[in-house]
Amino acid sequence: MAELPPSTESQQVGRRLGLIILVVVLAGGVGSLLWALRVWWLPPVASQQGIDVDRLFTITLIVTGIAFILVHLLLGIFVWRYADRGQPTQRAYYWHDNRTLELTWTLVPAAVLVTLISMGAVVWARVHSTPPADVMVVDVHAQQFGWLFRYPGPDGRFGRREAVKMNRENPMGLDSADAAGQDDIVTRELHLVLGKAVQVRLSSTDVIHSFFLPNFRVKQDVVPGMFTTAWFIPTVAGKFELACAELCGVGHYIMRGAVVVEPTPAAFDAWLAQQKK
Amino acid sequence: MAVTHEVAHAEHEHPQSFWKKYIFSQDHKIIGIQYLMTSLFMALIGGFMAMLIRMQLGFPGLKFYWAQWLFPGGFSGDQMKPDFYLAMVTMHGTIMVFFVLTTALSGGFGNFLIPLQIGARDMAFPWLNMMSYWLYPPAILILLGSFFVTGGAASAGWTAYPPLSALRNAVPGSQLGQTLWLLSLALLIVAFLFGSLNYITTILNLRTRGMSMTRLPLTIWALFMTAILMLLSFPVLLAAAIMLLFDRHLGTSFFVPGGLIVGGVPVSHTGGDPILWQHLFWFLGHPEVYVLILPPMGIVSEVLSTNGRKPIFGYFFMIGSIAAIAILSFLVWGHHMFTSGMDPLLGTAFMTTTLIIAVPSAIKTFNWLATLWRAKIRFTSATLFAVGFVSLFVSGGLTGIFLASPAIDIHLQDTFFVVGHFHLVMAAAALFGLFAGAYHWFPKMFGRMMNERLGKIHFWITFVAIYATFFPMYFAGTAGMMRRIFSTQQYQFLQPLAGLNAFISIAAFGLGVAQLIFAYNFLYSAFRGPKADANPWQANTLEWQAPSPPPHGNWGATLPVVHRWPYDYSVPGVEEDYVPQTSPERAADTVLGADEAASLQAKPRGEET
Repeated sequence: MAELPPSTESQQVGRRLGLIILVVVLAGGVGSLLWALRVWWLPPVASQQGIDVDRLFTITLIVTGIAFILVHLLLGIFVWRYADRGQPTQRAYYWHDNRTLELTWTLVPAAVLVTLISMGAVVWARVHSTPPADVMVVDVHAQQFGWLFRYPGPDGRFGRREAVKMNRENPMGLDSADAAGQDDIVTRELHLVLGKAVQVRLSSTDVIHSFFLPNFRVKQDVVPGMFTTAWFIPTVAGKFELACAELCGVGHYIMRGAVVVEPTPAAFDAWLAQQKK
Repeated sequence: MAVTHEVAHAEHEHPQSFWKKYIFSQDHKIIGIQYLMTSLFMALIGGFMAMLIRMQLGFPGLKFYWAQWLFPGGFSGDQMKPDFYLAMVTMHGTIMVFFVLTTALSGGFGNFLIPLQIGARDMAFPWLNMMSYWLYPPAILILLGSFFVTGGAASAGWTAYPPLSALRNAVPGSQLGQTLWLLSLALLIVAFLFGSLNYITTILNLRTRGMSMTRLPLTIWALFMTAILMLLSFPVLLAAAIMLLFDRHLGTSFFVPGGLIVGGVPVSHTGGDPILWQHLFWFLGHPEVYVLILPPMGIVSEVLSTNGRKPIFGYFFMIGSIAAIAILSFLVWGHHMFTSGMDPLLGTAFMTTTLIIAVPSAIKTFNWLATLWRAKIRFTSATLFAVGFVSLFVSGGLTGIFLASPAIDIHLQDTFFVVGHFHLVMAAAALFGLFAGAYHWFPKMFGRMMNERLGKIHFWITFVAIYATFFPMYFAGTAGMMRRIFSTQQYQFLQPLAGLNAFISIAAFGLGVAQLIFAYNFLYSAFRGPKADANPWQANTLEWQAPSPPPHGNWGATLPVVHRWPYDYSVPGVEEDYVPQTSPERAADTVLGADEAASLQAKPRGEET
């Protein structure tokens, strides 16, 4: 014959659980977040859209943080307070329906979520809006396990390219028969101009990669068989990292690229002129 | 409703050979236990892989003297190789999602609980049920066998995105390993389809007299909806898997576009679309996470109500939210694909459906809290894990709100933020539901009690360690750390995360070791635990009216008759604090008076005073 655990023990266990929920989960969760804000947080933002995304992130953090604290406070207090104390007079409250309460915790979260949906939709629409007319277009080619970039040159047009033409001298497979491609410049680093909108045109001829600029809050999968695009405005000059964010094979973890935001158009032109040689 | 098998089972105590009784059994209880035990075995393997992953991420360059002996091909010198790491990541995910959580929760608890809780003698199709289980071990053999073929096991991730998974020279695991992965999964999907057909039919047709749909325990509602999800979503993955097999071996091009060059070799495929796979995969993949979380939701509702000695709060809202989650789960798959190149307008649509699915989740959470309010909670190991479930579900679920917003997801997609999110809300929470169920129904399964002291130690360590493992992943992901990378050392911006990753790994090792306590407790108690009563937790649902363990056919000569909903705990005026479902209305008459008793009969749940 097995018996139930003695009730006094139940009360002890309930208090211990309440304590763990309040101290380890609630205080630990909030505390570690405050710590993380200083050491492991969002990489320093360097683009216009990044500022929007970060604001949305912060708002969502506050909303979910309130829910996290509320639920764990209640959970911790309830398990602390409503344990079986072993008194025969103690009896659970026979109560199992309350329309008002149910509607409250249906409609309040619904209202909050609708607000978040609207705010999210605005930022998302802005991210995917049409880029300004003077946008600089860069062709980005991802392959196992590196990145190549192509600038259209003075004519502003990209020439044709084909995967079968790719080799060491012509890593992006430019078609030499196409006049538009004669002045195209292929580089191993992505250089941008501070404050100037840039659109990347992403392509791959092997597997799916993902063009991830942590500082710019930009991520767009690179899908073989199609072009995907993303555009953004750099707001900080300097050197940044480009990462592959989609598993692409054995060398996925080394598929790193370099991004440089030049402080002036002149500095950018000087760099580009060097690449031609 | 009241379909009975009385004639067929009039003499159900006929002796059976060991093989028929325990191995090729058609008894739902044995099949459930088989599913559960096999899943626990797979959990040990999948968990071991997680340890290897964490060793590499937490302590890069670590020398693997011992693991090297186990997997000579996976190590060069005494260092792990990147392709082996990817195989570990892929197999860990595949095993844990499909071969542990789905099989244990649906296969294990579904089989064991459905006939017992609805008052049936067995499943509607016992032979199909046996077949369902016996497709599972071959699937395991094929999956684990793939470690020993050329190129090793599949390594394109558990999501197996083509062309990586379609082209043999894209990654070493894309050779025979990927084919075996697809075959193994296809086999298991067939097993799931047999199972879910069985569950749906059984719940609809074999409920005992008086067991109306609105008197079903929430476990059954959850398992019922889960079965519907499985039946509707798994065939899509099966089709996708077959299409990918065709692409790999028969020269079709469903998922591979033209003009590709892999490893310097031109690819002959032409005209396919890699994103098609993602749509098909996630059309299963998202309902699948609810396949993993709905049964724990049912288990937790049951365990909290029973041990809180209090009716579950908002029974109909609970059913409604299960149904809402089930329906919405088919409309949210695109939130896995915000950065995939899919039309941004679709992103807006999927954001809306995804955030709406948070509403029924909130309803459930607050209903559990309301159930605990002014309860009289007995803190059994099952109760602890059920409370832990609520906490983990919230801590993991809330970060889903970040990921559901496509603009935020741009930064977080494919980072450890996602890994932390789904491990907490789907893996850890489902695991806690699984543990709560295991501790709670163990006496019914084996007729013996598990050791409560060990159970509690298991809980304290697991609860703290699981938070310490997965919560910091949010920070790693916020800082931008990508998933599925073999090492963080290549990137400048990931350097500050070294200490954090070491911490996560140490927590994960603690988490892993603590599970051995459970394994020991489970196996030891199955043979040596103290004998259990028929109803050790003083619970209301039908299975506790049968002996522990229930005999073949479950119910002796006559089927139980149900008179009330399953949550009559602490009914005012009734001396005992529980009233089993089989207890006739008359027990309530004394409290309520004739008029109210009549209304109780009309409305099974009763609008008590």
